[in-house]
Amino acid sequence: MCGVCGCGEGPIHSHDEPHDHEHDHHHGHGHEHGHHHHEHSAEHSHAPGLTQARMVQIEQDILAKNNRYADENRRYFSERGMLALNLVSSPGSGKTTLLTETILCLKDELSIAVIEGDQQTARDADRIRATGVPALQINTGKGCHLDAHRVGHGLESLNLPEHSLLFIENVGNLVCPSAFDLGEAHKVVILSVTEGEDKPIKYPDMFHAADLMILNKTDLLPYLDFDSAQCIQYAKQVNPRIKVLSLSAKTGEGMENWLTWLRAEMALQRIAYA
Amino acid sequence: MHEMSLCESVLQIIEQQAKAQQFAKVKTVWLEIGALSGVEPEAMHFSFEVVMQGSLADQARLEIIEMPGVAWCMPCGCEVLVQQLYDECPHCGSHQLQIVDGDQMRIKELEVE
Repeated sequence: MCGVCGCGEGPIHSHDEPHDHEHDHHHGHGHEHGHHHHEHSAEHSHAPGLTQARMVQIEQDILAKNNRYADENRRYFSERGMLALNLVSSPGSGKTTLLTETILCLKDELSIAVIEGDQQTARDADRIRATGVPALQINTGKGCHLDAHRVGHGLESLNLPEHSLLFIENVGNLVCPSAFDLGEAHKVVILSVTEGEDKPIKYPDMFHAADLMILNKTDLLPYLDFDSAQCIQYAKQVNPRIKVLSLSAKTGEGMENWLTWLRAEMALQRIAYA
Repeated sequence: MHEMSLCESVLQIIEQQAKAQQFAKVKTVWLEIGALSGVEPEAMHFSFEVVMQGSLADQARLEIIEMPGVAWCMPCGCEVLVQQLYDECPHCGSHQLQIVDGDQMRIKELEVE
């Protein structure tokens, strides 16, 4: 049984079935009805006495349920001094290669694990496991993003030691995962230089939600017309706070800055934990 | 974006509320959708009809109240209206804007029987 939500679902062991299950989590908060008044505009007031129709105030965020699970996950990470990062990008940006190279550099000094989200197959989790760290594949089936509930079950299955570094590799999609908080410390958006430099303004929600942008595959820049400065300017236009690192996971150029960023973020989690 | 799964969340909330507040049929659903929420009202209408089929909100009318995007311009120190996340301040041209409203997606109220 699920310790996160009591939904009756056990830890996720396999990746082969997209299981959509519904369950009620009525926590008695997040909505107040009947207590407060708000003005009904004329177009949606109903004629009293004609039917038994009545108005019910809801005032609830559509994503409230996901956000509650995300809060649970965040508490889980903070109690264990873990750093969780939600890696988002379009398909083919090199997320998995960046992860495998990062793991090879850090696995002797840190406990690392990966949750892999893909619509189908366990190929990415297999690539991660080949580096020697635990990986859990979550197949979203028809779904276009990971949600906090599934990640919560993934955490139960992984049962990670304290002070772990957890990468959550989201489904390759620059649109939907931006709205779904998984409880991560940061969203990290990866953009490869083989994509257009205007991606940040074409898909602003994701770049707005991310704290760090990684420009990947910089070894290919000599062969492309990609304008890095323009790309970074677009990203900052959408999100003035975003930080940017340029690197090539393949050649290792620029990787040291990324590793330093990760070590610094891990150190911050330890301070918060102690 | 993912209007279909958002509509599924709307239906879940409606079903919970139906038990808590004792209603069997939903006639109208009012949603507040912010201009910066990434939700496309037209796609929401399309998905709503499909997702609500066969539920207690079958044939329900969807009313979307579109909320404007509002940001705080740090250099100007005032609130400005924005249409997109990459808009600049209409007064000073800065992109140092902090979104303060218009990113919501909420169920506001229901008309039920």
